[in-house]
Amino acid sequence: MWRDAALVAGRDLRVEARSRVTLHQVAPFALLVLVLFAFALDPARQVLERATPGLYWVTVLFSALLAVARSAALDESGGVRDALRLSALEPAGVFAGKALAVAAELLALEVLLGAGVIVLYGAEPAGVGLLLATCLAATVAVAATGTLYGALVSGLRVRETLLPLLLLPVLAPVLIGATRAFEAALAGVPADGWPWCGLLAVFAILYSVAGAAAYGTLLEGS
Amino acid sequence: MEPVVHLRATVALLGRFPALAGIDLDVVRGEIVLLRGPNGAGKTTLLRVLAGLIPPVRGEAVVLGHRLPDEARAVRRRVGLLGADGALFEDLTAADNVTFWGRACRAGEADITAALDLVGLGGRLRDIRVSKLSTGQRRRASLACLLARRPELWLLDEPHAGLDNEARDLLDGLLHQAVDQGATVVLSSHELDRAEALSDRVVTLVAGTTTRSSVPPSESEGSRTPERTGVSHVA
Amino acid sequence: MTATTQPGAVAGTPQPRSGDTAGAPAGTGSRGTRIVGLLALASIALLVLYGLVISPADVEMDDAVRLMYVHVPSATYLYVGCFVTTLASGLWLWKRTAGWDALAEAGAEVGLVFAVITLGTGSLWGRPTWGTYWTWDARLTSTAVLTALLVGYLALRRLDLDPDARSARAAVLGLLLVPNVVIVNRSVEWWRSLHQDSTLTRIDPTIEGDMLVALMVGFLALGLVFSWLMIHRFRVAWLSQQVDRIDLDEALAERRAEAEAEVAR
Repeated sequence: MWRDAALVAGRDLRVEARSRVTLHQVAPFALLVLVLFAFALDPARQVLERATPGLYWVTVLFSALLAVARSAALDESGGVRDALRLSALEPAGVFAGKALAVAAELLALEVLLGAGVIVLYGAEPAGVGLLLATCLAATVAVAATGTLYGALVSGLRVRETLLPLLLLPVLAPVLIGATRAFEAALAGVPADGWPWCGLLAVFAILYSVAGAAAYGTLLEGS
Repeated sequence: MEPVVHLRATVALLGRFPALAGIDLDVVRGEIVLLRGPNGAGKTTLLRVLAGLIPPVRGEAVVLGHRLPDEARAVRRRVGLLGADGALFEDLTAADNVTFWGRACRAGEADITAALDLVGLGGRLRDIRVSKLSTGQRRRASLACLLARRPELWLLDEPHAGLDNEARDLLDGLLHQAVDQGATVVLSSHELDRAEALSDRVVTLVAGTTTRSSVPPSESEGSRTPERTGVSHVA
Repeated sequence: MTATTQPGAVAGTPQPRSGDTAGAPAGTGSRGTRIVGLLALASIALLVLYGLVISPADVEMDDAVRLMYVHVPSATYLYVGCFVTTLASGLWLWKRTAGWDALAEAGAEVGLVFAVITLGTGSLWGRPTWGTYWTWDARLTSTAVLTALLVGYLALRRLDLDPDARSARAAVLGLLLVPNVVIVNRSVEWWRSLHQDSTLTRIDPTIEGDMLVALMVGFLALGLVFSWLMIHRFRVAWLSQQVDRIDLDEALAERRAEAEAEVAR
């Protein structure tokens, strides 16, 4: 299964490398959202600074919607679906590969946004260990959930509007958890944040398992 | 000799619609069988049933010794399907595509490397993005993905469409080669002249049924289907 | 074949195929549902009596507490509906019989009704108590997210798709519903508990006397309403599936006839 995952992840990342969509479109979009928040909240520095963790993660979520939609679109066409079913690839492996590719893109995005938030909102990083762990757990959670739900809406005419509707409520706990963890880290009380990081890890494991289990059914069920 | 394909009164659904309403078909190893019929007759559906992608709901269906729909997985590993939609990734090169699909089907590395050359996409063309290839070149690339896995049963849906004459000759040559190596071919085509010249036998589909039981003469108990040299029409 | 219209057919149910009229029900009512319906009405009357008249106003919350007699049971049945959907979805994935699919749909829709009731009563309760229509307390917030989950599920169900594909996707989504609800509830509760916000939507455990009775009647009344809605909704879903379902032999005969006609040409 992991060999299949590596093959699929490699393919997805190679497509990204050749088309550069994440680099040229999703990343600028993410930075733009950060800027828009500043317009909306007026850098009367108080509000922006205090809201930084939340704004950061909301931006990550919106960008994730784009990344996940792209990932799902790769395997959407009838010919590709047929070929996947005819191949020897295990569906769980395909799921894992796609989720890993999305996770890699999201991590890169998060680093970029981190820099953005430091520059634009004047954030001061602290509790870096907690920050990194949270990013990792939240990213896996978002990537796994997104890949599963992406498959759920793949091929549908309304997928562009249905995916956010389905995905965002499900990811609400991730937003809550990641934001609280970041707040704790930046406030210098990481002890408060680690439990939230734990919640994120549980979420990530849950959806990784669920996705791997359900992907086969979704591939077959047209 | 056990037939590669054995269908009796097979029924298959597309959603709620009985696309195949009763198919009788036998194909022996090494045959090239042409499916013909008007649009909507069920040729594509039949090919996908043979690939193990659509489960038959009634009747008998045995492909490569495996009973459908129970053993669909086993069938899928051993067939190759070339559909209208090429299953190519636009942003990747032809070589990338063949490598991915080849490895996904556990093909040998040697077969993967050779495949593109065999379809005439070797050299510079290997490393061009699929999005920049012509229709004919794309079809060849899809064909290469198929070649790499060396299927025992080739299922081709309108394979000649979009190919120039040179490419069509190439395809015919490859099919004959595959058959010499023990494979079997079932294809559908609207290019009747060329396809008939290529095939051993023609089966006509009309509204989801084969109009007459289409067994190869050597298999039918005792009686021979009268006109049986070269191409016979069952219509 | 003559086409017959079913008198009294439930509004919105497509007409049954001509020829299938024998044995098709005239509606989704039955003796059972009429009994349940009457009991529901009776208990609602009782609830109104107890809730508005007999039970006293709360010391802190004043008359607003009366909303709790509806709000708390409503939230409970919302969860029951979600549970039904998840269970039915799982059973469909296992057995692949159409009844489970219909049950899952019914559970989600009825659940949505109760979600709206929960949100409505909670919001109305907030006004006199806190002066605002919305409080970010744990129950209300997680109910709001849950409502979004249900809306999404029902949106998926309404898609114009091959029925089997639609059922498969809906089943996977439905199976995830309860896990999602659990995670959302836990995280929202934990989050709000940090701020020591409203714990006031939790029922005071020392509730007793007429107020306790009113609450119990509330559970009874809403439970009966829930059951009545579920039975009807399930039957509607079931019937519409029956209509969609083809008579395979008929369809085959048609297709073969088509073939004969073509060959004859």
